Amino acid sequence: MITTGLLLTLSFIGSLAALGILIWAIANRQFSVSQQDAESIFEKGEVGQPDDSTAFDGEKNKEQQVFDAVRSRIDEPGRKVVILMTVVAAVMLLLGTAFGLLASFKLHMPDLLSDSAAMTFGRVRTMHLNLVSYGWLSVAGIGIALWILPRMFHTPLRRPNLAYFGASLWSIGVLAGVVAIGSGWTEGLEWLEIPWEIGLLMAIGGACMAFSLISTARHREVHHIYVTGWYFLAALCWFPILFLIAKIPELHSGVQQATMNWWFAHNVLGLWLTPLGVGAAYYLIPKIIGVPVFSYSLSLLGFWGLALFYSQVGIHHLIGGPVPTWVVTLSVVHSVMMFIPVIAVAINQHGTVLRNLWAFKQSLALRFVSTGAVMYTLASFQGSLEALRSINSVTHFTHYTVGHAHLGAYAFTTMVMFGAFYYMLPLLTRREWPWPRLLAAHYWLVVGGFGIYFFAVSIGGWLQGLGLLEVGHPFADITQSVRPYLEARSVGGTLMTLGHVIFAVHIAALLLGKGLLARSKTEPEAARRPATVEGI
Amino acid sequence: MNRLLPLSIGAVAILASATLMLVILPGMQINKQKPAEQLKPYTAQEQAGRDQYVSLGCVYCHSQQPRSGSQTLADAAHGWGRASVGSDYYYDAPHQLGTMRTGPDLLNIGARLPSAEWHLTHLYQPRAIFDWSIMPAYPFLFEAKAAASPEDVVVKLPAAFRPDGKVVVARQEALDLVAYLQSLNRTYAVEGELSSIRDQGFDTRKGENK
Repeated sequence: MITTGLLLTLSFIGSLAALGILIWAIANRQFSVSQQDAESIFEKGEVGQPDDSTAFDGEKNKEQQVFDAVRSRIDEPGRKVVILMTVVAAVMLLLGTAFGLLASFKLHMPDLLSDSAAMTFGRVRTMHLNLVSYGWLSVAGIGIALWILPRMFHTPLRRPNLAYFGASLWSIGVLAGVVAIGSGWTEGLEWLEIPWEIGLLMAIGGACMAFSLISTARHREVHHIYVTGWYFLAALCWFPILFLIAKIPELHSGVQQATMNWWFAHNVLGLWLTPLGVGAAYYLIPKIIGVPVFSYSLSLLGFWGLALFYSQVGIHHLIGGPVPTWVVTLSVVHSVMMFIPVIAVAINQHGTVLRNLWAFKQSLALRFVSTGAVMYTLASFQGSLEALRSINSVTHFTHYTVGHAHLGAYAFTTMVMFGAFYYMLPLLTRREWPWPRLLAAHYWLVVGGFGIYFFAVSIGGWLQGLGLLEVGHPFADITQSVRPYLEARSVGGTLMTLGHVIFAVHIAALLLGKGLLARSKTEPEAARRPATVEGI
Repeated sequence: MNRLLPLSIGAVAILASATLMLVILPGMQINKQKPAEQLKPYTAQEQAGRDQYVSLGCVYCHSQQPRSGSQTLADAAHGWGRASVGSDYYYDAPHQLGTMRTGPDLLNIGARLPSAEWHLTHLYQPRAIFDWSIMPAYPFLFEAKAAASPEDVVVKLPAAFRPDGKVVVARQEALDLVAYLQSLNRTYAVEGELSSIRDQGFDTRKGENK
């Protein structure tokens, strides 16, 4: 019997246990962090030194080049797998964008490519979602983690070949899954369309990469795990659990499956893509500017708050639906509680950037990352408000939600990943970006394009939602009034696509050896020096 | 935060409690219920049609969850039916509740538009019926023939949408899909315990003014 009493008892016992663990942890100094720990991503002399090869040329001193040489030896074992992930991510982004753009056009040109089942809207849209979430964002995020974590832990990537194998399996799994969806083989649940038989490939591949990263973390040469590590390592624990429970065949059905579906789908955003994005931003923002984050202890609140509140927001996708009232209300409450961790992260990340606006102007990598971080704040605020029953009544079932999803997955996570690649690849390949002005072109194309996209679907979606609530409003009128906004969305999407093509071409050029070798003069000398960190 | 183990234990414990609250407990509550007697399992053909519905991704534009009158009167006014409850979906796997209404809600489309002829025409070319429609056409579920054989189901089409000199007949996939759409009918009344599993957060209490 599920009664309110039992629920209350369970949550009471749960809270007591949590409190006990918290007291134990504080007593054992598990959770204590000091502002000095915030500097653990810097070597001596690096604080106060901005770091972005494309932006601050000539501001580097000799001392820093020594450390770069050490770091590049840390990069070495993982270089192959990170480059593989970079290439896969870029290809997946282009494919995903193509399908997204096609889906957008289909919404106002319904007879476009309607002769084949594979190109029908329901499949094209789904291939887009799976390509950009499991192909582009996940691959980019893991790739960046495979590069940042060894640097943060001062030790090379362990088991790089296993990670390489895992990356290949994951990528093949995503592509096979997308082909399956295109041919009509799907699990039929949003965010879980890839058939479980193919999902197994991703599970094994993901496990290999996680094993390599955890093994690296166990060999770390630093006393403190920097905040980025909390997010990345926790995400590595969370995603496999989510994926396995959601994918067990024959376990879920009916409306129970719907609650599982949205528990999973929102946690893919909250406990997987968000920690990858927030974690990367927590490393890149201070690193590029050369100053530690504003208040390191706040980052504790941000992290645990995200874990506690974000994990239970999923059922706000079923407000007004055929599920028990209490579980909807629970998710609404947690959605609103998300203000706390989001504000904590915002103070830390924006506070650091705002006091160093010169760096925002000079470094495009930082501009991408920081724009993404601001969008995380806005997307989360918007999400918290959208979960309120009164607002959800309007926005549910409309394009407004699509706009919100893209504010999170695109303007936040994708922008952070762009910035991370722009920062990382020159350090990894030791080459400068061949055409630095393309970074600005990319930035303004996607910012402009996304601006049009977002406002088009938000305004159109809001009007659609008001129409759907109005008794006697003919469905034909709603469809016709939304159409111009869908056309505007395609315009924005086209601009974003152009930006992505620039990004991919630039990466291809860099990897094919265009672009000046970075710091070529001092490199041989630096490389001969003994390593200054043990274990390398 | 200097050690891996407490970090991962904390992270996993939090997710476990979220899973308990969002998946396990609602699941126990929902799975306790048997559906109303009027709800029948899908026939083989209806299930085959449902597989088509799933595979073509209809759910990305059509919800199957009418809202209650306490939230909005518009859903019922469109003829989409009463607010659905948990047990209405007893035989549904995968669920197709949907989160989008680019098109109308379909949970009771079988009651609202029972005509197979209408659905076949509409699936072949929605704009043959509504010139404003943005629904995809599904010509690949049909076949254009020089002449129909006796067992063929011919699709009625206005001249402008007919392929030159040919007749359009429905493939098995189209017939199955239509059978599924016709089966979508949850207009029976639900009372008592069965009506309890739905979000009642918009309902007003007795005597309370909204």
